[in-house]
Amino acid sequence: MHETMVAQSLLAAILSEAAKQNATPVCAKISCGAFDAINDETLCFAFEVVGKGTVCEGTKLEIEHKPIRARCINCEEPFEFELSSPTCPKCGGDFEVLPSEPLMLETIEFETE
Amino acid sequence: MFKVNIGKKILSANEEYARKNSSFLAEQKKLCLNMISSPGSGKTTILARTIIELKDKIKIGVIEGDIKTDIDAERIRATKAPAVQINTDGACHLSAVQVSRALESLPVEDLNLIFIENVGNLVCPSSFELGENGKVVVLSVAEGDDKPAKYPGIFAKSKVLLVNKIDLLVAGVQVDFDIERVKADVLKLNKDIEIFTISAKSGEGFADWCDWLVKSVKALG
Repeated sequence: MHETMVAQSLLAAILSEAAKQNATPVCAKISCGAFDAINDETLCFAFEVVGKGTVCEGTKLEIEHKPIRARCINCEEPFEFELSSPTCPKCGGDFEVLPSEPLMLETIEFETE
Repeated sequence: MFKVNIGKKILSANEEYARKNSSFLAEQKKLCLNMISSPGSGKTTILARTIIELKDKIKIGVIEGDIKTDIDAERIRATKAPAVQINTDGACHLSAVQVSRALESLPVEDLNLIFIENVGNLVCPSSFELGENGKVVVLSVAEGDDKPAKYPGIFAKSKVLLVNKIDLLVAGVQVDFDIERVKADVLKLNKDIEIFTISAKSGEGFADWCDWLVKSVKALG
């Protein structure tokens, strides 16, 4: 249930931008890496709860999940990591797992009066 | 309708505190390790034994995180090491601001190494940086050898893996745990991870783990 703290941080960021724009946020697009273990339903529910009574009441969340990336040490080919595949899909070489994408607030769509 | 590009890390408030903790610890030249595992893997028992085994070599302090009670801090204090208990009152992980406050209550200047024992949970704590030098993930053999495949995040982000309770891997005890499978899966996620197989009960494997800690403390100068 770390989604609750994520929702609180997200709310603070969106409220601050909404105050700056003096507008109502309709939709916020966020992205996360596979290692962040974000469950869409849980995050949306937590955001709905923490946003009650604020300008974010009713703001929709769009969540993009970025896959775990790996890169072959031999041929440098980047690919999507699967624990079940032990080697580079192109040359069969050894690979390294690249750092997971951080949780990002990408864009906010606002309603104009 | 209009769209505004933000491009900001959602957990930046936590990361700011984590950076503050990290620069404080770097200034003081203290090693700080964030210990993460499922509940019941043996984190507190490992810490108590580590403190006792290293008592003449390095001074250790502990920040204990639990939802309720100060049972764990008491167990650490019984070894004569200083311990601060944080109760998260329901939260499933520690956050950097809590660690920041706990560091103020520890005699940091007298210590070489600070362990943070996170709330027992393999998922949530891995997303929240606390300002540590590294994460130590503990997996006890009774939990099963499929955990790196099921919870890859924490194994990918950790500096050390402690495979605990290896005293249970003896003939006649029904524990299906393939250490080689765990090592192969974890090394695929994280080729730089240090793996120690230990038993906090019997002390098996502690010599190598403790040597690694002493070496890491010395490397900070």
